[in-house]
Amino acid sequence: MRPFDYQRAERLEHAAQLAADDDTMALAGGTNLIDLMKLQVETPQTLVDIGRLSLGEIADEGDGLRIGALASNTATAAHARVRSDYPVLARAILAGATQQLRNKATTGGNLCQRTRCYYFTNIDQPCNKREPGTGCGAIDGIAKLHAVLGTSPHCIATYPGDMAVALAALDATVEIAGDSHERSVPVREFHRLPGDTPERDNVLEAGEIITSVTLPAPVGGTQIYRKVRERSSYAFALCSVAAVIDMADNRFTRADLAFGGLAHKPWHDPRIADLLVGSEPSPALFDKAADLLLEDARGYGENDFKIPLARRTLTAVLCEATGVEA
Amino acid sequence: MPITINDTPHDLPDDPRVSLLDFLRSHAGLTGTKKGCDHGQCGACTVLVNGVRINSCLSLAVTHDGDEVTTIEGLGSPVSPSEMQQAFLRHDGFQCGYCTPGQICSATAMLKEIAAGWPSDATDDLEASPKLTGEEIRERMSGNLCRCGAYANIVAAIRDVAGENA
Amino acid sequence: MSVHCKQDAPDERNVLDSTKQGVLGEPLERPEGLLKVTGTATYAAEFDAESCLEGVLVTLPVVRGTITSIDRESVLQMPGVVAVITDERLTGRAAQGMAGEAPFQPAQQVCYWGQPVALVVAESFEEARDAAKHLSVECNADEGDAPLDPDTVEAEQRKPTKNGDLAHAMTQAAHSVDATFTTDGHASAAMEPHAAMAQWDGQSLTVHASLQMLKFNRAELADSLNLKEKQVRLIAPYVGGGFGSKLGISQETVGASLAAMKLGKPVRVVMSRQQVFQTIMRRSETTQRVRLAADSEGRLTGFGHEARVSNLPGEEFAEPVLQSSQFLYGGDNRLLQLEVARIHRMTAGSVRAPGEAVGVQTVEQAMDMLAEKAGIDPVELRLRNIPERHPAKDKPYSSRKLAECLREGASAFGWKDGPRKPRHTREGEWWIGSGVASAARIHAVVEAKARVTLRPDGTALVETDMTDIGTGTYAILGQVAGEMLGLSLDDVEVRLGDTDMPPGSGSGGSFGASSCGSAVFLACEGLRDTLAEKLGIEASDLSLKDGFALWENEKKSIAEVLDGKAIEEIGHFEPGKSTEDYAVASFGAFFAEVAVNHWTGETRVRRMTGAFGFGRVLNARTARSQCLGGMTWCIGNALTESLLFDPTDGHLANCDLAEYHVPVHRDVPDLEVVLLEERDAAASPIQAKGVGELGLCGGAGAIANAIYDACGARVFAYPMTPDRVLAAMPDK
Repeated sequence: MRPFDYQRAERLEHAAQLAADDDTMALAGGTNLIDLMKLQVETPQTLVDIGRLSLGEIADEGDGLRIGALASNTATAAHARVRSDYPVLARAILAGATQQLRNKATTGGNLCQRTRCYYFTNIDQPCNKREPGTGCGAIDGIAKLHAVLGTSPHCIATYPGDMAVALAALDATVEIAGDSHERSVPVREFHRLPGDTPERDNVLEAGEIITSVTLPAPVGGTQIYRKVRERSSYAFALCSVAAVIDMADNRFTRADLAFGGLAHKPWHDPRIADLLVGSEPSPALFDKAADLLLEDARGYGENDFKIPLARRTLTAVLCEATGVEA
Repeated sequence: MPITINDTPHDLPDDPRVSLLDFLRSHAGLTGTKKGCDHGQCGACTVLVNGVRINSCLSLAVTHDGDEVTTIEGLGSPVSPSEMQQAFLRHDGFQCGYCTPGQICSATAMLKEIAAGWPSDATDDLEASPKLTGEEIRERMSGNLCRCGAYANIVAAIRDVAGENA
Repeated sequence: MSVHCKQDAPDERNVLDSTKQGVLGEPLERPEGLLKVTGTATYAAEFDAESCLEGVLVTLPVVRGTITSIDRESVLQMPGVVAVITDERLTGRAAQGMAGEAPFQPAQQVCYWGQPVALVVAESFEEARDAAKHLSVECNADEGDAPLDPDTVEAEQRKPTKNGDLAHAMTQAAHSVDATFTTDGHASAAMEPHAAMAQWDGQSLTVHASLQMLKFNRAELADSLNLKEKQVRLIAPYVGGGFGSKLGISQETVGASLAAMKLGKPVRVVMSRQQVFQTIMRRSETTQRVRLAADSEGRLTGFGHEARVSNLPGEEFAEPVLQSSQFLYGGDNRLLQLEVARIHRMTAGSVRAPGEAVGVQTVEQAMDMLAEKAGIDPVELRLRNIPERHPAKDKPYSSRKLAECLREGASAFGWKDGPRKPRHTREGEWWIGSGVASAARIHAVVEAKARVTLRPDGTALVETDMTDIGTGTYAILGQVAGEMLGLSLDDVEVRLGDTDMPPGSGSGGSFGASSCGSAVFLACEGLRDTLAEKLGIEASDLSLKDGFALWENEKKSIAEVLDGKAIEEIGHFEPGKSTEDYAVASFGAFFAEVAVNHWTGETRVRRMTGAFGFGRVLNARTARSQCLGGMTWCIGNALTESLLFDPTDGHLANCDLAEYHVPVHRDVPDLEVVLLEERDAAASPIQAKGVGELGLCGGAGAIANAIYDACGARVFAYPMTPDRVLAAMPDK
């Protein structure tokens, strides 16, 4: 680790003021940031410890639910309303990391976690995300973990998290505060595609801090989080699907789907819901949904398998949700 | 405010870079907590902070003022081992012994988590109380790697402590 | 006094079956266990030393080149930095197992990506780690000349084993299989990273190290440092796993020693996990062609096994993939051929069960394919092909429980015999199937010494520099001594892991228990002779039990016989002709049931049974644990473990425990172990063979066969990750 100045924020405004400096980073649970600081992937000059701000509450917000930025992943997954009203969120959180990590990891930190691309975490390798202009080692390298949707010539990294994939399916909102402003951003728009600025993972500006995530009123339905991984636990997703599905008279009335492990952000394609809602479930329809999802998919050799895998995983989830046998 | 480790207060380090793990091992002289990867990938450094298990390698010591930390040495000693430590011994739930303190800290906390009703990836019904099945134990212990391959015996030791519920 | 035995003939006396204590083989708890479960066992980095400095190795992100300069000043001004060690004695590679001399290649000559080239020493770990990232090193990179892909270079052929005409046998066969398999590279990934803490008093060096074979390591370190062996003391009472990665000394031990010698202060060097992955021994990836020719009843007429492995230029070691193929199955027409490609990845060396860990599973998959073609139950096919004598060397087997393991394993597992067809059972999204594989692992013994002292109070002390890397050495050496001397394990103290004590075999190659156990046995035979002499009787008339000497109708406590004087013996065991005159090996059988997800290709092992025969069981608890460990490795080998090398610069991409997937708890179901008692008189004077690796030799093949039986995907590449299973799924 590089030496840094450690400061503890006493109030949110104080934290935001400090975080406005380019060389300052906010420390919450630390499970990703400290990892990266040890590797010198992150080298802040000042670390603002926001861990003791009062942002850990999980509380009703109208018919919805507000999850504080510092609520631990464990607390969120174990929360009674999350388990009953937003089970896809509980499932997604529980599919990620380990109990030890979830006990420390926070809502805000989880949203801001950085890619697990091997080239990003190795400072002796080229990486446009870590060091713009150095190139992308993964494109011609080991790309097994990497993205097949929304990639750019500059970066094929994936967003590695699970929680945000469920939040995208649930159409949650990220609440953000700066020194003197507040704003809300839909989770589906919080993470960015890499384009030619892959160093920016999301839309947070300097000096902004996530304060909470708000879930809309519960919609019920069948909620599934399906994660495909190389170990049965404690591995990042090769592909994951978060699904909130509802049916009436054997037709879809809701089909909110989001995908992990495929792109630089939790992937949400509104055309899929447009296709499904109102239609009768069938293998042919599921295939069409997969066609839409994968229309512009592009593999980089080692990760070509993700394209058929995404199709099969989506089909499996839709079969499970609708009872259709394929 | 100092940090309390196994009921003994310690002053925090001057260098904010020192991880809780290195603080335990080098500053507090408690080498029972192990460094296996230093990146939250193996679980050998698992300790309880205010009763909750975490990877001590991914936490800065300076953030823990006022916290109560329990390490493997705090759970029991050779003279008076805890129930879980005895069960690991009885079931040969270790070989080289390096991951063992982390496994035992994790297992000790894990049984409390199940009792508190926290769900896991292996929980069938999210709204019911989790059951103490083999699959639940394995999922909840998956943050603790054991390269010797003592997993089967570790699960047996945990089931033994959990008693009839497992 | 010393008792020496070079074993030139089988020892049929089975002395340990006539002793009276009844402690040997019992499933006793490990005597050091209480220290391990309470965190009070001390590993290499944990010894207390006042004002210990911290060293961090500097590695170079270059695959091949020569260092031209190292700018020490670039970091010497940084806070806390005490020294930058660039001594020409720093080693660039780890020593191979039992090398007994310095690794030949200096740190200044870089030949793999991430090679250590210098050591930064500072007051604190954080200061040293930061400074190590900032050291400026100039290097003439030579990457253009460095082959990185083993498939693109011309390989060196090793001497083949050839009998008859395999190609002809293949054309004449009623049933034949010709299949090519690949296995990816593996890492040992012992949980304790490589660590050393060195102290120099101006004359002699003491190093607390994490090493498996202290006798050899001492010689390697002395040679590296230009010291005399007697100036070097290594201490390693507990080793946090080895699996081959700590057979020879590596860079942290040499670095810590040089720094301590230069600075006159204790220096600790612990490798980061990434450094362990990038600089320590890998198991080579392999490409293997297996050919089987059989008659209409499935009896092998031809057996071919060819393998390509890789290593760095100048390394003798080549993953001995064909080791057990020499003798596991018959077939008069044989061709076994190993070749080595020279490439620039970190040194390839021993990783648990070198050779068989990847060589048996491919043969076992081919046998499964043959069983299907011949319409014979896979267990029966194996039983039919157990040869009478070593098929190439025409010598007898010393003892072999392969058939019994196949039968008893099948029975314990509930194997349904008869011809098989895939996709017979589906539960929801999951295809369920089962598979079998034989296990085989060569036997080896190594020279070993141990001192056993009977103390005046009648208790015993066993001393050797042998290590316990989790294998159970403390328990089994105590049990051998207890059995021979009529003492409970509580009355035998075992001290290990210090080169001030007589040199044992070291831990490796599954030879530690039989080699060091034999040294302890020999020492105890000498002590029994001395006791008999003191009593004026023949040693054969003496029984020892519960601390008493018994003869005719007399009884006297051992303490009384000793009459206040300790007696000691050094047992000295040496391998002789007995292991050459016979084919000596451990055998077993694996049975696995898996579930394969129809949609995603994810595979979960649902249960697994292993039946093993490895000579005398010295402690049924620790032996079983060794088997469980091996079977757990089978799961990683079959499903998850793979070293991924970048094709452009050759660096290891997945160099941590998040991305190199060793199995986690949830990957490992309940495992059943069946231990078959056996006495192998040719194997060792205590009739024991090795067990530490056997459980890993073939089991991945049982899982592969179960995947095929479940879903019809015959996968030829290990590990069988979801992408590979899906690609082979019949109805994609």
